Amino acid sequence: MQVTVNINGESVSHDVEPRTLLVHYIRDHAGMTGTNIGCDSSSCGACTVHLDGEAVKSCTILAVQVDGQDVTTIEGLADGETLHPMQQAFHENHALQCGYCTPGMVMAAVSLLDECPDPTEEQVREGLEGNLCRCTGYHNIVQAVLEASGSTS
Amino acid sequence: MIPVAFDYERADSLDHALALLAEHGDEAKLLAGGHSLLPLMKYRLAAPSMVIDIGRLSDLSYVRQDGDHIAIGALTRHRDVEVSDLVTAEAGLLAAATAKVGDPQVRHRGTLGGSLAHGDPASDLPATVVALRGSLVVSGPDGSREVQADDFFTGFLETDLADDEMLTEVRIPRRPDATWSFQKFNRRAQDWAIVGAAVVLDGGTCGVGLVNMDSRPVRAAGVEAAVASGASAEDAASLAADGLEPTADLNASVDYRCHLARVLTRRGLEESGR
Repeated sequence: MQVTVNINGESVSHDVEPRTLLVHYIRDHAGMTGTNIGCDSSSCGACTVHLDGEAVKSCTILAVQVDGQDVTTIEGLADGETLHPMQQAFHENHALQCGYCTPGMVMAAVSLLDECPDPTEEQVREGLEGNLCRCTGYHNIVQAVLEASGSTS
Repeated sequence: MIPVAFDYERADSLDHALALLAEHGDEAKLLAGGHSLLPLMKYRLAAPSMVIDIGRLSDLSYVRQDGDHIAIGALTRHRDVEVSDLVTAEAGLLAAATAKVGDPQVRHRGTLGGSLAHGDPASDLPATVVALRGSLVVSGPDGSREVQADDFFTGFLETDLADDEMLTEVRIPRRPDATWSFQKFNRRAQDWAIVGAAVVLDGGTCGVGLVNMDSRPVRAAGVEAAVASGASAEDAASLAADGLEPTADLNASVDYRCHLARVLTRRGLEESGR
């Protein structure tokens, strides 16, 4: 099936099988490999992207389901060489260790602040429950999100 | 993990979806948000030859007041139920339970109707709708019918839906004065409940639905009757596991599940003000 998706502002069109997952469409067909595949079972959140502005797990969506819709991946956050404020906050707070969960974690965090602009630490922790960091680097991740929201004391 | 190959059709109306169901029968599965069906297909526990995508039927996504009940379209996403002022005010238990489903990403995609039609006794929402004495509207080739939640869930991942029928609306009695509690016990964030208890008290009536305590979401009828006749939270909750047949798994033995059902029911009743 011909599937057209607006990825990071660019219209991308490929002929794919209906069973093609969105994460494979993004990585293998659109060639954007910033979105990682972790558990491949909608638990870990490494594959989190935005679909029409909301965080979703791209391993649990078919590419055909999002035909004609807008997808933002980690590649679409920065403005040229200028990092998105969430990316900058992750950078400044050393909110990554191995970095594998980072693209999904950043996308989930941006979506969290869209829905809850001034979160408490508890709200950040609950809001990121769909993203696992196997390095267990949660402390600095939570600090980064709080800093990006302007909620740090 | 890649699903087995299938044919795909996107329905552009309820009638179109029903026509496709009638044409393909038990070879077809309806795809709403996909957060129950796609994992099953990726694990190859389900392999429908036809997937009918109903995810764009936006006229089945709504929350509205309709006489003595709240009507929620089957394709309403969890996030929209969770933040609905109407649901929060008049069916607070449902808003609270929905906020415990999966994680934010799952709640952005998953739908109330999809979760109920999947009929998983370990899911939060089926037992919640049972506790709230909700009903479900089902459409098929001969029109629509309304089924009480108690009668909708017939077995493990089995419901009253026929192969050519589709769940279209969920009706929850309005209870603006009710007190309620949703107790979910799990080991890790975003896990399914090892056991859960959905409790609602409204005047003299009590509703208790239990998650993962039988092959289907069940009502703790003994607890409800005990509360109605004036028993304390502790005495009523001691009946929570009576007559139920939970399974044992890596997380819990049968005895432990029964223990959890009693403890969570007591906590739920107490948090509801009993």
